[in-house]
Amino acid sequence: MIRQFGLSEILSILAGVQSTVMLSLVAFAGGGIVGLAIALMRTSERSWLQRIAGSYIDFFQGTPLLMQLFLVFYGLPVFGYKVGPWTAVSIGLTLHASAFLGEIWRGSIQAVPKGQTEAAKALGLSYFNRMRDVVLPQAMRISIAPTVSFLVQLIKGTSLAAIVGFVELSRSAQMIASTTYKPLLAYGFAAIVYFIICFPLSRFSMNLEKRFQVKT
Amino acid sequence: MNLAPYGSTVTAPAAEPSPIIAISGLQKWYDRFHALKDIDLDVQRGERIVICGPSGSGKSTLIRCINSLELYQGGRIVVDGFDLGDGEKSIDAVRGEVGMVFQQFNLFPHLTVKENCMLAPMRVRGIARNRAAELAMTYLERVRIAEQAEKYPAELSGGQQQRVAIARALCMNPKVMLFDEPTSALDPEMVKEVLDTMVGLAEDGMTMLCVTHEMGFARSVADRVIFMDRGEIIESDRPGPFFANPKNPRTQAFLGQLLHH
Repeated sequence: MIRQFGLSEILSILAGVQSTVMLSLVAFAGGGIVGLAIALMRTSERSWLQRIAGSYIDFFQGTPLLMQLFLVFYGLPVFGYKVGPWTAVSIGLTLHASAFLGEIWRGSIQAVPKGQTEAAKALGLSYFNRMRDVVLPQAMRISIAPTVSFLVQLIKGTSLAAIVGFVELSRSAQMIASTTYKPLLAYGFAAIVYFIICFPLSRFSMNLEKRFQVKT
Repeated sequence: MNLAPYGSTVTAPAAEPSPIIAISGLQKWYDRFHALKDIDLDVQRGERIVICGPSGSGKSTLIRCINSLELYQGGRIVVDGFDLGDGEKSIDAVRGEVGMVFQQFNLFPHLTVKENCMLAPMRVRGIARNRAAELAMTYLERVRIAEQAEKYPAELSGGQQQRVAIARALCMNPKVMLFDEPTSALDPEMVKEVLDTMVGLAEDGMTMLCVTHEMGFARSVADRVIFMDRGEIIESDRPGPFFANPKNPRTQAFLGQLLHH
């Protein structure tokens, strides 16, 4: 039976938003933590750490996100970890995000003038304090715009999770499209919802960038 | 040498105090480039040394080795009993006792002037915030810039920034201060305020190593002037004889160039 595109259809699509937002937050938080570690390894004075982080970044930048999700979804069971779609896409997107955030933040850390690190060293500050109190606060300002624009990419990237059976915004739109036979309406609506989430973020990053420019 | 008031009437020789910095046989390469060639230098407590020489002569590299901002490949540096070759622990110990002032100031732009001065005492010495703030104000007053304490470095002139950098280093109560061309990045009218601050430090008995082209400062403040060229110490003497009759032709040529423009 072909259903009409009505309020209940709209609500089912909106129900997918929650999963999209949750998945984005998990991937961004997880990716942020791992990504900071990757960025610190990449900028470390030890070359073996640099190489490990470098290969990690190269792998995730050199393969499509979809393949990475497949590898986690079908790969983990091979090692005896039975994972559901939720866990699989969370892990997949976290790894993906960590590599990209790691690379963005590496660049930001290296953009902080070398004299800052030297002055901090000369004052006797430990590596931890040099990073936390001197380098990272400055790197953070530099990295805000690219970080938020990557977050927008990530939110849109969660739509790929639909392919391994995870129901989020795109997947729920797809289901409504097939029950109502109104794909343009269903996908159009989903696109508007994505835009409503992502557009304010882009604006927000532009504003932050301006504010920090004035301050320093 | 600077004990002139006691002259030669001293009956028993005073025990020679151990130098606060002892550098021997120092070798440094940047790949193939031999930046420091077998440098020997002892610095006594309270001694004020000015190091001059053409650019690329290794003078900055030399003082940057003392707090381990540069690594070296041969020889030995001992600062107040800590051998830099003994690894991280002793490097940390040395950095806690040696203050440094850079050509480009290198203040932390995201912190206020006061916070710049408070950071190391709190993080390295474990001093409480309010106590660190008092300490910061003490030294900011000493470099006569206390009224700018709440400003950010970018709001200050170059000369003011450099004085803050000096105060920041002093907050760690260092035994030695290293100056790496502290006035070279300043507009001419700001050089004096920084030099005056340095003279004040010298008068208070601070051990100082200054890489600078300010020969007036060298003449009036230094106990010893060292001339370096191509990675070697060419000449080392009290300022009087150093400027009046330099022995080495390279020193003569360098001083000639300085004075004739």
